[in-house]
Amino acid sequence: MTNHWIDFQNSDCILIMGSNAAENHPICWKWVTKAQEKGALVIHVDPRFTRTSAKSDMHFMLRSGSDIAVLGGLINYIVNNDLIFKDYVLNYTNASFLVTDKFAFQDGLFAGYDGQKRSYDKAAWAFELDANGVPKKDPSLKDPRCVYQLLKKHYSRYDLKKVAEISGMPKEDLVKFYKAYAATGKPDKAGTILYAMGWTQHTVGVQNIRAMSMIQLLLGNIGVAGGGVNALRGESNVQGSTDQGLLFHILPGYLPTPASSLPSLAVYNEKNTPVSKDPKSANWWQNRPKYMASFLKSMWENAELEQAYSWMPKLDPGGSGAYSWLALFDKMSKGQFKGFFAWGMNPACSGANANKTRQAMANLDWMVNVNVFENETGWFWQGPGMDPKTIKTEVFFLPCAVSLEKEGSISNSGRWMQWRYPGPKPYAETRPDGDIIALLFKEIQALYKKEKGALPEPILTATWNKTNKHGEFDAHATAKLVNGTFLKDVKIGDKVYKKGEQVPSFASLQADGSTTSGNWIYCGSYTDKNKAALRDLKQTPEQAAIGLFPNWSWAWPVNRRIIYNRASCDPTGKPWNPAKAVVAWNAAEKKWVGDVPDGGWAPEEKYPFIMTKEGFGQIYGPGLNDGPFPEYYEPLECPVASHPFSRQLHNPTAIAFEGEDKAVCDPRYPFVCSTYRVTEHWQTGVLTRWLPWLIEAEPQMFCELSPELAKLRGIGNGDKVIVSSLRGQLWAVAIVTPRLKPFKVQGQTLHQVGIPWHYGWIHPKDGGDAANLLSPSVGDPNTGIPETKAFMVNVRKA
Amino acid sequence: MNGKSFFVDLSRCTACRGCQVSCKQWKKLPAEKTVNTGSHQNPADLSFVTLKVVRFQERVDKGKVRWFFMPDQCRHCVEAPCKMASGVEGSILHDEKTGAVVYTDLTAQEDFEIIRGACPYDIPRQDPVTKRISKCDMCNDRVTAGMLPACVKTCPTGAMNFGDRDAMLAMAQNRLAEVKKKWPKAQLVNPDDVRVIFLAVEDPAFYAKNLLAQAPETRRFASRRDLLVQLLRPVKSMTSV
Repeated sequence: MTNHWIDFQNSDCILIMGSNAAENHPICWKWVTKAQEKGALVIHVDPRFTRTSAKSDMHFMLRSGSDIAVLGGLINYIVNNDLIFKDYVLNYTNASFLVTDKFAFQDGLFAGYDGQKRSYDKAAWAFELDANGVPKKDPSLKDPRCVYQLLKKHYSRYDLKKVAEISGMPKEDLVKFYKAYAATGKPDKAGTILYAMGWTQHTVGVQNIRAMSMIQLLLGNIGVAGGGVNALRGESNVQGSTDQGLLFHILPGYLPTPASSLPSLAVYNEKNTPVSKDPKSANWWQNRPKYMASFLKSMWENAELEQAYSWMPKLDPGGSGAYSWLALFDKMSKGQFKGFFAWGMNPACSGANANKTRQAMANLDWMVNVNVFENETGWFWQGPGMDPKTIKTEVFFLPCAVSLEKEGSISNSGRWMQWRYPGPKPYAETRPDGDIIALLFKEIQALYKKEKGALPEPILTATWNKTNKHGEFDAHATAKLVNGTFLKDVKIGDKVYKKGEQVPSFASLQADGSTTSGNWIYCGSYTDKNKAALRDLKQTPEQAAIGLFPNWSWAWPVNRRIIYNRASCDPTGKPWNPAKAVVAWNAAEKKWVGDVPDGGWAPEEKYPFIMTKEGFGQIYGPGLNDGPFPEYYEPLECPVASHPFSRQLHNPTAIAFEGEDKAVCDPRYPFVCSTYRVTEHWQTGVLTRWLPWLIEAEPQMFCELSPELAKLRGIGNGDKVIVSSLRGQLWAVAIVTPRLKPFKVQGQTLHQVGIPWHYGWIHPKDGGDAANLLSPSVGDPNTGIPETKAFMVNVRKA
Repeated sequence: MNGKSFFVDLSRCTACRGCQVSCKQWKKLPAEKTVNTGSHQNPADLSFVTLKVVRFQERVDKGKVRWFFMPDQCRHCVEAPCKMASGVEGSILHDEKTGAVVYTDLTAQEDFEIIRGACPYDIPRQDPVTKRISKCDMCNDRVTAGMLPACVKTCPTGAMNFGDRDAMLAMAQNRLAEVKKKWPKAQLVNPDDVRVIFLAVEDPAFYAKNLLAQAPETRRFASRRDLLVQLLRPVKSMTSV
């Protein structure tokens, strides 16, 4: 999130799209309700009518997967009706930048596409630079090569008729929605977006969010109270695990994973450190070498930096198509690796195309399964259709402690790092995950000592003693290592920091190896005190006006609660909306008041979007794998043969695997299916299915469908139905409800159904099995996230 | 002191069921073996181990879908008809301090159908084995120890409120005035008769058939004695408007 949960109350218009916030983030509704009771409009756009819709002021239905059509239409509406927040757009976004004439867009493809590689050469999307190497700008926004004109042209194709025709959202609904949301483009109005997996789990997942980010920039809604782009994370600490580099392509703190094409740290730094020639661009990532050096030193305190870099695992080319979740299980299914840790995860239910995943596990020699309860992954060999006699995989199940039994921090969607003290002692002989890792690593080190093996140095010299004591994980020591320490006396400005002292903030991290920091964005969280444990309601009157509590927990970066907050002021530092000021420039004292600003420079000294190379919000985004502007494509499984925007039916760069068929206009699978969650269950239900009070409330796999479809298929409410796709089938209890409706798409009536993903065969026995038995292994080209929100199924009475 | 009351602001209820689960947790009540019946409401009804259930009701008004949620529980009537119908001394108590209507083990000796039939909201349920009758007791143990009832404590949106009756009545009136601006048909449900005062934004029947007090002839198990109880019951308005 750019903002945080409490900040929702400051909004004038809360758009919830790609999320069922009231059900899946129940606590957030406290703040949505507060905003609503102060007069904010709450709009829900979703394929279903949910508990969120019931509480919203407006609800509009769109066919799952058609979001970019609807959002592209909103961009077109804003631009055509000149509803942009012009001062913001001109001063803070790249709308005025000129793009070179290499850039082109034709019939669904951007310039630079290589059909063989199914990827783009992004060099074709570059900005035109002046003699100093700074992007050329046209402040009149009239140059046909400027971003604003390119944007206008691109989305002029997204007229109401076409958008309505493909999304199934009637024209009058589109206009109502567009009018209401575009009204936030005024300086004293803030609109916010709350989204979740309803946007990410598509082959255009990242572009869904890009489209909305562009809208937020056009309306001047980023950096302001009650605004921003806010991902409601699906799990209490998923923000923390992303921050700490759980994904294949990033190290902690969003540093790119080293690649085999970058053989030295020097080359890595050169490739990954942006250079801006504009003195007013803070270009914060110019500091990346400091963060990488500090990270490497946190791994191997006594090694030279280049040595440490050489020890880091490196990616071969291929990106998410080679390393993301889907690729991992594809490789497993081909027997390309033999051992597997399924740690705190239940891929037999949680990954797309679960039959493929389950069968892939039979190719392993061994699996270590660390979890709280019996689960479909550790017990896959006993599952439906499996013959245990023929499966060689040896499974080691290590029961672990549950989260409430452990001390440590969790980071919520609003980037708050919150310390938690341990509750009851772990049950019986279960151990915290940290202890299990500590014991495992100790054993690995002992084996390397005894048996040598290839490349023993990184294993034997890792800075390991700082994370655990006597084989027990130490949350405080680890948090201190994550923050970082001075490895020798360092003078910064007038102050000398002593060897062994905690680094006060990432501004003090060094590129020469004199500091450690396991994760630069968390630098400053654990200094002389553990700031994540702060529980102090103290605030200034300015902070009180927007519900900002700087002394309650700690937020990355540097306790900034609303990021890009300098954009909440005009170029002189005066808040666009003084009643809800996030920061304001005090000219007399030459300092900002309110939130921690995005850099303490005077307003005119630096541009506010400090994390982009040029310092401007990116309406034109030349960094993604599938284009600088979001473009409409159908899901890889879809009910239509064409769409009105181009002849390119699908995202040409989406991840897919050879030999796996897709249902496109396949009469055997005529209905769109979406998977989702309910309040009562968590993820695959691996924990919640074992909690009697929760399984009592949502006991069984269900399939929600409209009365119209029920009639068509002769299904009664409460009947058992079979839902099937090209990949598998499952049973579910039919919930026939007017909360689902057929869509009119290209003149045809299309039906959509929905199933929750919380069930699995292991428990309860009459609960049903995983929704992912049906979903395809296709994914977004940037993240690899699977398209589990829109695929094709059939439904019949069991 | 006028005892305690709940104020349940249904305009704020999202049916997250935190109250339903926290009730079972505090009371250490077991889960029922349920199945999906084609609805998200589960358990399907109150029982002797389910003292609080969130009711879900869908309707379509002029083509517009609406979904109503109502956390159902004992209303702790100011003058409890179930107590009046009681035939066993000491089985149904009325805590003078809080106003909680509390069932004891002696309810096992009651005629269950009479007790259930006496309730205008159809709340009491019987344990088929012990014959004891059960329902919400206002978390009287928590309340007398200065704590909030478990369901109120867990509510994330401000739908469930609890406190001194006068304060709750004032809160209810204030919220009603506010909510009426958006929903002109909003009303407080039987506020003078009960200690669980619901604010409904529409006709209470849209939420559940038992949100509003039911007239005796439409209720289950209406008996001669039940009728008598009704006659003895003070006459009060059914709604605040």
